[in-house]
Amino acid sequence: MEFFLSILLSGISVGGQYALIAVGYTMVYGILRLINFAHGDVFMVAGLMMVYLSAWLPLYLSVPVVLLLTVALGFIIERVAYKPLRASPRMSVMISAIGVSYLLQNLALYITGGLPQMYPRLPLLSDSVTIGGATTRVVTLVTPFLVLLLVLALTQLIHHTKIGMAMRAVARDFETSQLMGIRINSVISVTFIIGSFLAGVGSMLYFSNYATVIPVSGSMPGLKAFVAAVFGGIGSVPGAVIGAFLIGICETLIKGSDYTVFSDAFTFALLILILAVKPTGLFGERTAQKV
Amino acid sequence: MSKEERLRRGQRITWLLVAALLLLVLVLENVIPPSRMLFPVLKKGAVYALVVVSMNLLNGFTGLFSLGQAGFMLVGAYTYAILTIPTALRDGVYYLYGRSAVHFSLPEMYARLLGSSGLGGAVSLTLGVLTALVCAGLSSALAAWLIGLSVLRLRSDYLGIATLGFGEIIRAIYQWDKLGPITNGANMLKSFPTFTSFNIKNTQGQIVLRLSTLVPLMLAGVCIGIMLLLINSSYGRAFKAIREDEVAAEAMGINLARHKMMAFCTSAFFAGVGGAMLAMYQNQVQAKAFTAAMTYEILLIVVLGGIGSVSGSCIASFLFIASSEWWLRFLDNALYIGGFKVPLLRNGFRLVVFSFIIMIVVLFFRQGLMGSRELPELIAGFWQRKHKAKAGEPHG
Amino acid sequence: MKKFLALALICALALSACSSQPTGGPESQGSAPAEEKVIKIGVFEPATGDSGAGGKQETLGMQYANSVTPTVEIGGETYKVELVYADNGSSTDKATSAAAELVSKGVSVVLGSYGSSVSIAAGPTFDEAGLAAIGVTCTNPGVTAGNDYYFRICFLDPFQGTVLAHFAMDTFGAQTAYCLGELGNEYDQGLVEYFKQAFEAAGGRVITDSFPTNNSDFTSYLSKAKNEGADVFFSPVSIAYSTQIVDQAASMGVDFPILGGDTLDNNRVLAAATGKNIKLFVSTFYQEGSEDTKDFDEGIKAWLESNPQAKTDNGGDTTIAAVTAMGFDAYYVALEAIKAADSADPGAIKAALPGVEYTGVSGRIVFDDIGDAIRDTAYIKTANTETGAWDFVTQQGVG
Repeated sequence: MEFFLSILLSGISVGGQYALIAVGYTMVYGILRLINFAHGDVFMVAGLMMVYLSAWLPLYLSVPVVLLLTVALGFIIERVAYKPLRASPRMSVMISAIGVSYLLQNLALYITGGLPQMYPRLPLLSDSVTIGGATTRVVTLVTPFLVLLLVLALTQLIHHTKIGMAMRAVARDFETSQLMGIRINSVISVTFIIGSFLAGVGSMLYFSNYATVIPVSGSMPGLKAFVAAVFGGIGSVPGAVIGAFLIGICETLIKGSDYTVFSDAFTFALLILILAVKPTGLFGERTAQKV
Repeated sequence: MSKEERLRRGQRITWLLVAALLLLVLVLENVIPPSRMLFPVLKKGAVYALVVVSMNLLNGFTGLFSLGQAGFMLVGAYTYAILTIPTALRDGVYYLYGRSAVHFSLPEMYARLLGSSGLGGAVSLTLGVLTALVCAGLSSALAAWLIGLSVLRLRSDYLGIATLGFGEIIRAIYQWDKLGPITNGANMLKSFPTFTSFNIKNTQGQIVLRLSTLVPLMLAGVCIGIMLLLINSSYGRAFKAIREDEVAAEAMGINLARHKMMAFCTSAFFAGVGGAMLAMYQNQVQAKAFTAAMTYEILLIVVLGGIGSVSGSCIASFLFIASSEWWLRFLDNALYIGGFKVPLLRNGFRLVVFSFIIMIVVLFFRQGLMGSRELPELIAGFWQRKHKAKAGEPHG
Repeated sequence: MKKFLALALICALALSACSSQPTGGPESQGSAPAEEKVIKIGVFEPATGDSGAGGKQETLGMQYANSVTPTVEIGGETYKVELVYADNGSSTDKATSAAAELVSKGVSVVLGSYGSSVSIAAGPTFDEAGLAAIGVTCTNPGVTAGNDYYFRICFLDPFQGTVLAHFAMDTFGAQTAYCLGELGNEYDQGLVEYFKQAFEAAGGRVITDSFPTNNSDFTSYLSKAKNEGADVFFSPVSIAYSTQIVDQAASMGVDFPILGGDTLDNNRVLAAATGKNIKLFVSTFYQEGSEDTKDFDEGIKAWLESNPQAKTDNGGDTTIAAVTAMGFDAYYVALEAIKAADSADPGAIKAALPGVEYTGVSGRIVFDDIGDAIRDTAYIKTANTETGAWDFVTQQGVG
């Protein structure tokens, strides 16, 4: 029982952290139809920035500065690497995304000298706590609530503000909304800013739990978050969150079983299954488009 | 000279160039010391050229955005290794599982027929390796066929992520320790014949003729040649039609599913052969190395060479490997000019420079090195320009 | 037009690379006067990747030894010893190229690597070039078995695994052990296997598990160990993973001790354990603070203090890792072989190596028929979580 509880706890916490990354994927995909391969690496860079900034800034300053820089990074990536290719075939944009991911990982390798970096201890979040006989970190308990809070705020933004309406419009029909006078570029920028902000928050939670940052830290969580987004129905924020929690829990369950080799492969098997059975995902909107 | 004649002439020159280069390699290999960095670069370059062209066949010529290349290479590499490890050395390789479940080795089977020393030994080694390479390709193609059944109807980006996922699943299966007696679990497979095995030795064990660089170049050359034939056939034209417009292609009577599957399996076949050759180059194979990052690297070389150009892919592969393994290595080491330490140079800088070059190509030179043109066309174009300049015509 | 720009760019790049190559070569040796003779020793170590930290520490030992004894006498002439580095990136696919690079730079003998997989992968390349390689801390039997070119100065995994199994039973009275290794890491898997054999032979129960490369969530594995009622948790993994295992085990408040192999003897792992409620034991090659090795301890600490880059590579303090001491000894074993061969020729050095005997800071080194050093004791150390230092526990043999 205690075993099950502690597995479940870490599953929920991993799921919550995937959820924060998945939201970034699903929003960008919903609007640009682009798998932003670099998103996982933005998450990794946020972790690295925290490592370096916290060395010479007090924590209460470094946390907002890291979030600010992560947002700036997301914004710059979109402007430099994706915007010039907006009229090109979708494959070129995706290759550009892979190129950015390659660049960020290599930059991280260069800056860290290839050595794993220890993430700073965040007060409170990194402390241990015992519930029901299972000991875990505070961050594990905080994660699901924080995720729900952020996602609630995000859905409010999407459904009840002007920019949210613009986002929905662009996601529905790119060309028409452009004709209707929506400033596409600023909508896309806002999307990237929100996505990067959530990835920044996610990185703080994730690395408080798993305190080592390496250049490839972001790639697997990134891919899994994308699968979560597909599972939940691409473009749907609540869908991505549910998908992420599900993947997180299943993954830790598998790690707790005798088939640990398949903990990563499972995620992809799930993806292929959902693509074969219900390509629009759990909550995806029905479209006439062939996937 | 008509355009066709010029093109044919360009083709002839290209083939002559390739043959001359191969001959040069053969001579160089036996003249200058084998420790030169040139040779590993040529070997790895040949392996990569094959894999890159196989990816280009799919992504560039058929327009299917597939990211499963590393997975197919893995299948090929393992098939090759499992079929060729000498039986006497198997216990040493599979020491964690006690023994291997496979009790034969292809070169040894041929050796039993042809004799294991002298010419018979050389022939049985060659035949054994070639058979294993074909098996490597076939097993990858079979994997691709199974995968293709479920994913080929997906749209571009979903196809990419699904094939990437299959790559990861294949890796996990090969690492599963229940299959340990066959795949050696996640551990290394080694001791199989490598390129070095093709150096011809005399009875004293001294090397009389070095072929270890020529062999991979020839193998890659033959495979790429076969792919070129396919691309220039009616199938190749159908692939290109699918790339340009699926709906129109279907309307023209092209069987989409069949042609896509054919491109997918052919690409996987040659990726499998390439994977087996990579194992030969590295002297060992381990599932761990065949990650998504490897696929990304191959895709980026395709882009550098030009999506839809076979010769571009080949040239880009050699340039990429030479730069990363040899020419740009100095970027990774601190360099002192007099007493001045050149800033920025330290471990990892090479890859940063590399990534910037790739981003510049992706953003500003989208055609890559060759665009969708081939070397013969370039040479023909060169001829045309010279011809026109001679005739005093204005430039077209 | 753009295509030509691209072509020009690539050509310029290739040209600049070509032209810098010849200048790059002599540049590195250029500091030495023209008449001075140079013998090159290849350092085949990871500077990046999972084992980057360990590789750097092992290299430090060689660098320090090189600073102490920068020359060697061959045939009555003084040769300057130059260390040539190649980063194998902790990965088997980069190992071949790194080895080829060392060969092309004309080294006489190779030291390394930290990590058995990369050594096994690079072996054939050294063999082809007729080079001998001296493994420093690669403990897997596969490194030297069945070849005549790889030697090694440390103990082997069958020995280390048995030592740890006996230690677990003797000290903790352990009956159930949970073993965790990285998938596809020859070092982890081999050590786990030998631990299992010895532990089961002595009547214990062993549960083994593996995690995929780049995994960062170890809580599930720790919970599983707890659930299975493990008395010890054996995780002989790379430094990058062991810091996380220690950290996550502490946060979960596990009560079983964590046992590790020589890789865990590292100040990053120590730092992860410091200030936490965790029991961590490692088996290793060298124990700092013994009377016999006082000169070495003091010398290298002073060298680390005076050399900021070296101190950073050592993890920011002057705790001496066992791998550093082993790197130090490996350098001298190489020098002994060069002296015995009385030549800079790789073939002669390779022929002379089996006969080399040397007593270094880590003990006496004599090679057996396979090319392995004959070693019969390992040091067991424990992390003192209050002082942040390693405390000596016992010297454990197999008997």
